[in-house]
Amino acid sequence: MSAALSGLPPYALALDMRVVDEMDGAPVIAMPFADKVQGRPGFLHGGAISGLLEMAAVAAIHRALRAKNSDSAIKQVNVTIDFMRGGTGQMTYAVGEVTRLGRTMANVEARAWQDDADKPIAMGYMHYLIRSPKTQMPSS
Amino acid sequence: MAFGKPNLGSVIPKDTAFDPALVNKLMGKFGHGGFLGMEYVGHGDDWVELAIDWREYLVGEPESGVLASAVVISLMDNATSMSIWTKLGEFRPQVTMDLRIDYLRPSPAGERVFGRGICYHLTHSIGFVRGFAHNGDPDDPLAHASGTFIRVGDRIG
Repeated sequence: MSAALSGLPPYALALDMRVVDEMDGAPVIAMPFADKVQGRPGFLHGGAISGLLEMAAVAAIHRALRAKNSDSAIKQVNVTIDFMRGGTGQMTYAVGEVTRLGRTMANVEARAWQDDADKPIAMGYMHYLIRSPKTQMPSS
Repeated sequence: MAFGKPNLGSVIPKDTAFDPALVNKLMGKFGHGGFLGMEYVGHGDDWVELAIDWREYLVGEPESGVLASAVVISLMDNATSMSIWTKLGEFRPQVTMDLRIDYLRPSPAGERVFGRGICYHLTHSIGFVRGFAHNGDPDDPLAHASGTFIRVGDRIG
């Protein structure tokens, strides 16, 4: 899938991330294990897991904005990552959930897992500023 | 996540003071640190500074050229993790429990990003860290970080 089609930025493509599925209306992004995402031998680097969470969060919020016919841009204010399990040498998935989308800010949660979707390896909690769009379409 | 005993334990001789420059020489060549091109900049008693050059493939926002937020997370993760070993004076296996980053401003396209990690408190099991990222002037930070690392035994993960 090309960058334009997937909507994923260079950083995500460089780590071979791609959109593989959808859950509750949000894109599921997958990242294969490779040396370039490795921290200690055999395990994912926390920063690579964070990158996957970030891409899932951004994809979810873009989807939520589009659902409201909004062309607003977003700006990340902060992120907290909880690392819960070591990421092992296998495919990792992540999906974001927009827990609140307001006029000025959005709260997003992202979850990353490997073989068992019920056992997250990390969670991300992000705040985004919603930048006022040049033209605001009527929202529902 | 922090680097564990398997790789570093074998390259750092026992009873030798922890040397961030030596560790980063390895960290910046392989794995995710190598992908990011992470480099050692300097250290003090309880801090370590690393840096990453701006690269097109690290961009998270193609329109502006701003680096992916996770590049700063990785930088702060490694710098704060190493600050614990530096304060301790030796390596101990640990993993990141949590890490928070506040983005004060974007890192402009083309600019090198520096990340200084500081260990401000250590207990038997936990390393409490904070830090900040900047583009060369520490008085003009672009992000602040805080987090905790937990010591693990020989069993990690």
